[in-house]
Amino acid sequence: MSLLLIVLLPLLGSLLPLLSSNQRRHQCALLTAAMPLIALLVTLRETPGVLAGEVPRLAFSWVPALGLDLALRLDGLSLLFVLLILGIGLLIILYARHYLAEADNMPRFYAYLMLFMTSMLGIVMADNLILLWMFWELTSLSSFLLIGFWSHQSAARKGARMALAVTGMGGLALLAGFILIGQIVGSFDMQTVLDSRDVILADPRYLPALLLVLLGAFTKSAQFPFQFWLPQAMAAPTPVSAFLHSATMVKAGVFLLARLHPALAGSQEWLYLVSLTGLVTMLFGAYFALIKLDLKTILAYSTVSHLGLITMLFGLNSQMAVVAGLFHILNHATFKAALFMTAGIVDHECGTRDIRKLKGLWRYMPMTTALATITAASMAGFPLLNGFLSKEMMLAETLETPLLGGLAWLIPALATIGSILAAAYSLRYVRNTFFDGNRPRELEKTPHEAPFPLRLPVLVLAIVCIVIGLFPAFTATGLLTAAADAALTMPAPELHLSIWHGFNLPLLMSAIALIGGLLVYALRQHLFTFHRQFPSRDSLAIFEGAVQRLIRFTQWAIDTLENGSLQRYMLWVVISALVVSGMSLMGIETLKGELAIQKADPLLIVGAAITCFAGLATAFLHRRRLISLIMLSVVGLMASLAFARFSAPDLALTQLAVEVVTVILLMLALFFLPQKTPKESSASRIVRDVLMAAGFGGVVASLNYALLTRPLNSISDYFLEHSVPGGGGHNVVNVILVDFRGFDTLGEITVLCIAGIGIYKLLNRLRLFMPSSDSEGRPWSPDRYPMILASVSQSLLPMALLVSVFIFLRGHNAPGGGFIAGLVTAVALILMYIAHGVEWAQQRLSFQYQPIAVAGVAIAALTGVGSWVFGYPFLTSAFGHFHIPLIGDVELATAMLFDLGVYLTVVGATLMILANLGKVTTSHRPSKQKEKA
Amino acid sequence: MEALFATTTGILAASGLYLALRGRTFPVVVGLTLLSYAVNLFLFSTGGLTTDGAAVISDGAGKYADPLPQALVLTAIVIGFAMTAFSVILAMRVRGDVGSDHVNGNRVDEPREDKS
Repeated sequence: MSLLLIVLLPLLGSLLPLLSSNQRRHQCALLTAAMPLIALLVTLRETPGVLAGEVPRLAFSWVPALGLDLALRLDGLSLLFVLLILGIGLLIILYARHYLAEADNMPRFYAYLMLFMTSMLGIVMADNLILLWMFWELTSLSSFLLIGFWSHQSAARKGARMALAVTGMGGLALLAGFILIGQIVGSFDMQTVLDSRDVILADPRYLPALLLVLLGAFTKSAQFPFQFWLPQAMAAPTPVSAFLHSATMVKAGVFLLARLHPALAGSQEWLYLVSLTGLVTMLFGAYFALIKLDLKTILAYSTVSHLGLITMLFGLNSQMAVVAGLFHILNHATFKAALFMTAGIVDHECGTRDIRKLKGLWRYMPMTTALATITAASMAGFPLLNGFLSKEMMLAETLETPLLGGLAWLIPALATIGSILAAAYSLRYVRNTFFDGNRPRELEKTPHEAPFPLRLPVLVLAIVCIVIGLFPAFTATGLLTAAADAALTMPAPELHLSIWHGFNLPLLMSAIALIGGLLVYALRQHLFTFHRQFPSRDSLAIFEGAVQRLIRFTQWAIDTLENGSLQRYMLWVVISALVVSGMSLMGIETLKGELAIQKADPLLIVGAAITCFAGLATAFLHRRRLISLIMLSVVGLMASLAFARFSAPDLALTQLAVEVVTVILLMLALFFLPQKTPKESSASRIVRDVLMAAGFGGVVASLNYALLTRPLNSISDYFLEHSVPGGGGHNVVNVILVDFRGFDTLGEITVLCIAGIGIYKLLNRLRLFMPSSDSEGRPWSPDRYPMILASVSQSLLPMALLVSVFIFLRGHNAPGGGFIAGLVTAVALILMYIAHGVEWAQQRLSFQYQPIAVAGVAIAALTGVGSWVFGYPFLTSAFGHFHIPLIGDVELATAMLFDLGVYLTVVGATLMILANLGKVTTSHRPSKQKEKA
Repeated sequence: MEALFATTTGILAASGLYLALRGRTFPVVVGLTLLSYAVNLFLFSTGGLTTDGAAVISDGAGKYADPLPQALVLTAIVIGFAMTAFSVILAMRVRGDVGSDHVNGNRVDEPREDKS
């Protein structure tokens, strides 16, 4: 339980500062510090156990389907990091309290900081790969917020964006790597993964998994060639740099290397990839740390260099090197956080971080100078300080490595060069800033000593540097051994930390490094001159340029593909459909299948010819819209006949009724739209469209033919068999609609009702231009409602309604049903509108159609719900469930009720569409027309 | 017979697509309707072309037309009508609000039928 507290208390702590106002800064800082302090005490209570070799673990299942468990562990490695995160975190809280200006929103800053602390603790304590990844991404997000804290500065925004882009990309790669590992091992549980080294290394997916994991680790830890984001992240407030970019976030990458060391290390790939990347990064970072002019940028590059050193150590496949790497993580965190804070103090008190403007600050801030000197000496690897110890271990390890075979001497040589550079930039940092000359020039502020609370965190860290440096065996051995045990999953080699190992090669290399550093520093002007020959490259500008190019490219792609022309989108859809179906057609051997061809009778040929002619005429005469519409109705009628011809009377009836309402609808619409289509398509456009249409038609025809000539394996036999015993109806189509697939039908009538309501709203307050004459300029006939039609339709109405009732009632056992009956009723009522006009019809049909359609859907849905009452699934037909001694009618009861819902919906929706459209013809009629009438 | 049916479906589909690619709303709506006829015929034919099949279940009936595609197509016809209605009325609304009946909403100086 205490493990959960360590992670969750800082999370709670991210809310506490928000309770405080920006003015009460002491209160705010105290509130923030409370939770990490408690978490630190909890950790310290666990520490003796962990040092003794216990590994407290805790696991809750979270999202089992993803393999994600809320699983935490506190082994030695986690403990080392937890202590660093919480300890340095508390110092940072104190430092930030006095560092942030009045204008800065302190509660928000602390909230971000605590959020980051939580995610960092989550990484180091995660006992599940996916959980680790989740916290990993959280650090990317929270560091984005922290780097961009001064969001009014362009550099801060850009730096934050770059950090997020690089580390976020790495995070995705890491996820992919974790998933691969999870697939290889079969579990995301950390212990299982760590115990499966042999399985992982033998798997062919090892290399991709390794590359992806390393990509994640290297981006996070700013390894070459991803080092560029770290210097840009220096736009963050200094407390952030001190915390994230020295002690914690950038350490997440090397932590990952240590954590997964038992599972992934030991191979040649690991040896070369990790150690050489680390070596290159170390040299690269060290060189630029010597060149750069901004104090924080210098420290950033030195961080890059030291992270490279740690990475190299983890890559050497040697147990002692892992111990050295862990030791250096601890030491680097202490001296680098302190150095960042001194840089912040200088910035705070002098108003600049430009090393060219600063000099001789020791006169103004002697205490800070002393602290900076001690910690920089530790960074340089000066004896009696902690940096010396781990650096010497590193040098000793490079002498042992089998890397590069016969050229193995290169490694210690290059490591020594890295150490020389480290000594040189440390010296430069201290001497140029605090000594070297008398007075700084052109400063915005008069420098003075920083207030004590700002120096206190540095002092604490400097003392840690000295104490570890003087008494390493007493202070660090226990923690380090526990961490190494965890990172190696075996007892670590016996550790003898001491200042003096006698005269040996590493000591000589250390001495060379310090003396060499002095020399390089003395001759640095030559180096600067040399460096000036290279064109200066601003990584931010390059990155921003790349981002801009990407944006331009995507904009271009959008403009090209998505130019706002619906015709073009349609074309793309058709082309894709053609390609996909054309491909599958090419896949079959012959177009004609094995079924025997049925003979076509002359009537059929004539029918087909008429249909084809009418279809083509619809297309070719489309500019004369009325004729085109008439041709369309011919096709509809022929389709209806085709359904009748091929034994589908239900379809024929439906098609016929729908055809009537469609044509009425389109005629009405045409009244308001231009009667003719202007000629505007270019010849090439027409050729393109004809070709496209021909291709489409060809594919459809081929597909249809191929389908028709192959035997089909239909599930319809089930429906045919069960229609009478299961559904109680002889008309299988209707039984399918209202019973077997009643849920589909319910969905369909809902769509119909929604379409009707949508149209009702679209027609609401529609103002349309009302033509008073046809396209040839002839005025409409004043005799709008012909007498014969009026009287015939009126006498037909009862008959039509009777027919529709008949069709409805017999629907379950003979062709008919709710759909068809509804359409017949609708057509009969529409005829009233046509024959007598909207006003006349409205007086007599005074009810609203919207409620009818909605009631229809409701009846159908309630029928379905009704079966719940009897304990059956939704829409179970009541047939056979009732045992009332009346036979026959009762079995139809619920299906009939459902069909009634269908009927009402169809009537309501159809009339809602047509009657409302008809109303438009009356409400805004031009005055001229009224006078005529 | 199969070839005849398939050809008809293909021609209807081609005509419908050609119209659907036009630039004005009305031909597009007509084209979509035509296309839906073609699709309905196509879907219907997936159950095979049955001549003189029994429409309802009776003891003496020999063969039945496949009822499943029929049920699908029946609802498709009705939904197709709703879709046609919606799109044509949307076109009217666009013409009323935008003043153009071009599918891309292009404002073109269209000659009005009535200058009054």
